[in-house]
Amino acid sequence: MLRNELSTLFRRRRTQAMLAALAVVPVLISVVVRLSGGPSGGEGPRFLSQVTHNGVFAVLAGLTVMLPIFLPMAVTVVAGDAIAGEAGLGTLRYLLVRPAGRARLLACKTVAVMAFCLAATATVAVAGLLSGVALFPLERVTTLSGDTLPLSVGMVRIAIAAVLVAVSLLGVAAIGLFVSTMTDVPVGAMAATLALFIGVGVLNALPQVDVIHPFLLTNYWTSYADLLRTEVRWGGIVRNVGLQGLYLAVFGSAAWARLTTKDVLC
Amino acid sequence: MSTGEIAAPPQAPRRDRAPLAHRAPAIAGVARAAIRTEGLTKRFGSQLAVNDVSLEVPDGSVFGFLGPNGSGKTTTVRLLLGLLTPDAGHAELLGRRMPEASDEVLPSVGALIDGPACYPWLTGRQNLERFDAFGPDPQRKDRARRIDEALARVGLGNAADKRFKAYSLGMRQRLGLANALLRPRRLLILDEPTNGMDPQGTREIRHLVRELAADGATVFVSSHLLAEIEQLCTHVAVMSRGSLLAQGSIAELQVGTEAVVRVETTDVALACAVLSEAGLHPTVTGSAVTAASGPAEAPSLPPAEELVRRLVHAGVGVRRFVIERPSLEETFVAMTGEGFDVAQ
Repeated sequence: MLRNELSTLFRRRRTQAMLAALAVVPVLISVVVRLSGGPSGGEGPRFLSQVTHNGVFAVLAGLTVMLPIFLPMAVTVVAGDAIAGEAGLGTLRYLLVRPAGRARLLACKTVAVMAFCLAATATVAVAGLLSGVALFPLERVTTLSGDTLPLSVGMVRIAIAAVLVAVSLLGVAAIGLFVSTMTDVPVGAMAATLALFIGVGVLNALPQVDVIHPFLLTNYWTSYADLLRTEVRWGGIVRNVGLQGLYLAVFGSAAWARLTTKDVLC
Repeated sequence: MSTGEIAAPPQAPRRDRAPLAHRAPAIAGVARAAIRTEGLTKRFGSQLAVNDVSLEVPDGSVFGFLGPNGSGKTTTVRLLLGLLTPDAGHAELLGRRMPEASDEVLPSVGALIDGPACYPWLTGRQNLERFDAFGPDPQRKDRARRIDEALARVGLGNAADKRFKAYSLGMRQRLGLANALLRPRRLLILDEPTNGMDPQGTREIRHLVRELAADGATVFVSSHLLAEIEQLCTHVAVMSRGSLLAQGSIAELQVGTEAVVRVETTDVALACAVLSEAGLHPTVTGSAVTAASGPAEAPSLPPAEELVRRLVHAGVGVRRFVIERPSLEETFVAMTGEGFDVAQ
């Protein structure tokens, strides 16, 4: 069941096109930085200025550029499509009379969407790494604290950062899955999820509502950068992972409640 | 159900004719029902889509579920399969409560619901692989063989590796049927299986249904086209505006319908006399005598061979002798008081 779900998801042209598009940006960053001779220190997105000295920073620059909008957008498409897409095609009824089991189907879809979060992030990271390594030298990794780490240690930390970026997407994924159980129109589910996500971003930028900031799913999104300190600061990272887990639990339960009682009419 | 070439009704359908075999209890002699519902009711907003439907589909029957468009057939099918939650009443498939027993029951139930639905970017074969993989009993080992057999059975062997989006309507319907046939089934629920099929395809479906029934499966076929399935069915139920009007075996449903005897003869007067004597009410048009049995029970009409014997014995020169009964369609038009294909 899960195997087929994954192969159906990743065999789909739309998924492949999205991953390809996600891969383009980090490559573009590396090429542009290379051609322009690099930004003067401190300009542009975080980590960008280090790319000229060390190719592995192309991974972090790519993730930093992609995390705020492009990655969540891709996740929104896949999560919003999860149930609503089946309902829209009418295949939901055939899966259910097979019987797929409503709770099992939701679990399967959740795992598939999580796998997509990981795949999308990995695509950005690998594209960044390959283009960075191809165009720039590899050196010891300079931390935010100013020290340097051996390349191997730096690489491991960057890999963990990529995983944390993927985890950061789980909250959006959970909201998307829930919205997806509410409608038979996948585009509607995608748009609604994206709107919610942007709304959260707006709230998170308003200092007047800073009491709720710790509960907004994007609040700790940049915490992965704390891995690049000589002494890793875990506070934000742990809170981010916990918050994403909370969103997953809350919206996952809501999706379960909705899907298991839903009248399937399409 | 006409026995003669002429399918004209014996009389204009009358609204006040009593529904026949209404709510007939279980067909005598059959202990188990493949499908049983009690008081099944489903409401969508203010619309009562299915109203207090108590169905009994005998094991091993070919059951025609008939009714005009919008009469609640598909909603009933969705309730049976656990896709909808009833507002009242309950449904049993193969003796088990739905939807609680879905995992145990549904693997033995093949279904085509409201037309086929597949993934357009997958091939026919990949679509079947996906549906097959999503059950509680994946049976991966013989999947390829089962899929090949199902595709061959519906005549899609050559189009198996084309993408679904390139399929014609009839091919899509065939793929939907192949999905219903992926495993050995004890019950098939086929909702409008001939939709979009050409006449050849429709014949093939009929053949398929006969085959399935011969293998011992119960086949529940819903349709708004009576003519397509009336030759197939052993039992029939009729829906109209969400309610079950009648159900029973074909014979039960025909009890009480008027039979008409048509005789072509040179001895019109003599034939009339014989038929009158037999308790019929003959009328004459040219060289033909038409005699209705009257709206009485079937036994009042003597068997055909007996009538012919009497006619010949009396010296009537019989050129043609036919006993006509109203077709199912005419019976149901009489029941519903409306054209059968008229949507509400």
